[in-house]
Amino acid sequence: MGMTMTQKILAYHAGLDNVSEGDLIEAGLDMVLGNDVTAPPAIDILNNMGGRVFDKDKVILVPDHFTPNKDIRSAELSKCMRCFAADNDIKHYYELGDEGHGIEHVIIPDNGLVFPGDAIIGADSHTCTYGAVGAFATGVGSTDLACAMASGKTWFKVPEAVKVVLKGKKNEYVTGKDIILHLIGLIGVDGALYRSIEFTGDGVHDLSMDDRLTICNMAIEAGGKNGIFPVDEVTLAYMDNVNPARFTSGGYKAFVPDDDAVYSSTVEIDLSEVPLTVALPHLPSNTKRAEDIRDMKIDQVVIGSCTNGRISDIRMAASILKDRKVAHSVRCIIIPGSRKVYRTALEEGLISIFEKAGCVISTPTCGPCLGAHMGVLAGGERCVSTTNRNFVGRMGAKDSEVILSGVPVAASSAILGRVGTPKEVL
Amino acid sequence: MKVKGSVFKYGENIDTDVIIPARFLTTADPELLKIHCMEDLDGEFIKKVRPGDIIVAGKNFGCGSSREHAPVAIKASGISCVIAEDFARIFYRNSINMGLPILECKEAYEGIDNGDEVEVDFEEGLIIDKTKDLVFKAKPFPPFIRNIIDAGGLVEYTKGNR
Repeated sequence: MGMTMTQKILAYHAGLDNVSEGDLIEAGLDMVLGNDVTAPPAIDILNNMGGRVFDKDKVILVPDHFTPNKDIRSAELSKCMRCFAADNDIKHYYELGDEGHGIEHVIIPDNGLVFPGDAIIGADSHTCTYGAVGAFATGVGSTDLACAMASGKTWFKVPEAVKVVLKGKKNEYVTGKDIILHLIGLIGVDGALYRSIEFTGDGVHDLSMDDRLTICNMAIEAGGKNGIFPVDEVTLAYMDNVNPARFTSGGYKAFVPDDDAVYSSTVEIDLSEVPLTVALPHLPSNTKRAEDIRDMKIDQVVIGSCTNGRISDIRMAASILKDRKVAHSVRCIIIPGSRKVYRTALEEGLISIFEKAGCVISTPTCGPCLGAHMGVLAGGERCVSTTNRNFVGRMGAKDSEVILSGVPVAASSAILGRVGTPKEVL
Repeated sequence: MKVKGSVFKYGENIDTDVIIPARFLTTADPELLKIHCMEDLDGEFIKKVRPGDIIVAGKNFGCGSSREHAPVAIKASGISCVIAEDFARIFYRNSINMGLPILECKEAYEGIDNGDEVEVDFEEGLIIDKTKDLVFKAKPFPPFIRNIIDAGGLVEYTKGNR
């Protein structure tokens, strides 16, 4: 029986010729990741066990959730991670203001730290983002992070996969976000529970790396263990750009699923039929066509996050907000996902466009996505957000509401003061 | 090992943001986390829960974030077991690592009501609703997982094996 792309990567990292769905395997890891929420408990565990990191060059630590620190407790978390990074000479610790700092899932691909065929775990559920480059990446908790930091290994149950066949070309203003929301709407928030989501089909080649990163980022929102794209010319050009040294040395492996691989189910999506999509409260699967939403007034718009904080997102937002004004009743918060994205936006004059439109611009942070800071909602308030979750209380008060969308709908909604689409403002 | 208590019953897709909202994740102290456990879903939970009580819920319990703080908060609140139709995978793994017993059983979710008195036998995988005099069968954990849970989690288990 053939293997899926994910199964082949897992077999390779476990040193096995073959694996099958349900097998329990131990796999070597290329990178292990933690942030300011999840790393401190892992550090306590590691210290408690008297352990050391297995490889100081293969541990990534990123302060991004509560940073710049919002209070004393969160400052203590960052301090814990900072001291640990210094004591252990961690190569990939990204302090605020460092070249390469930003939101973890924006910077890790962009800094060239993940390649096709790699196996990565991170104590953050959106670690699945890196499937976009053809890697196996999945989220774990702090205890698993602690053990992996010590050993460079972890155990996995080999998943089966949902195959998603993408066909055709998407319409103007439709982005990776619309595609993944559309998919979650089709299969549900547990539609890929315990399974991989493997994307394939001719439509893949129409998707930029940023689209793919956004799509894989939200695989977890369908319950997926990981999301993964095939390695193609878009992937190779991206790898060459972000890490030419490793790319030219050939230090990576592009896996292809077997022709006779078995999938638990197959979903076909014609990209030309994917509409601008929103997910209404309080589940990412509660999707609707954006143009069908009428008179839904909003108080806030957030454009950013590990889902949509990349330079293409910021450019798209600027193209819609240029020479227009954010509605008086709306706070529009723009959060470039990394220092590099911020600097590019500055150099291209995008920050000025946002400022003139009446947006506020934040330093890179997860902040409002998880209701931490920099845009927490009061009771009864409603936000259109390019983030990834709209659960009860996610962005603030338990009776606040988050509507998930791609950047074009979010930027248009900021101008309209209600949920709307680019064709209503352009 | 057996546990016994009153049931708090919830629906499907209970996410980690309602189990423990992110705004409280500036600490990993179980005693501080438990105060806010289930707060945004059921404000009465933490006032009413007694040691040994049991959560029964629908499919995809624990979906969302990777925060280990979620099973930590539930365990610290006194909950002795979570029974759900199924669990989100990171929560499932975290619960075992934290020593929080969890069982998958769709029939128990359908048959048990809020407030029922329920007893769980982990070795046999039996869920007994004493109020309704009903018995449900879940797949029991293999011995090594039971040993992790009995030790209080993966860290204590690992220490004990050294």
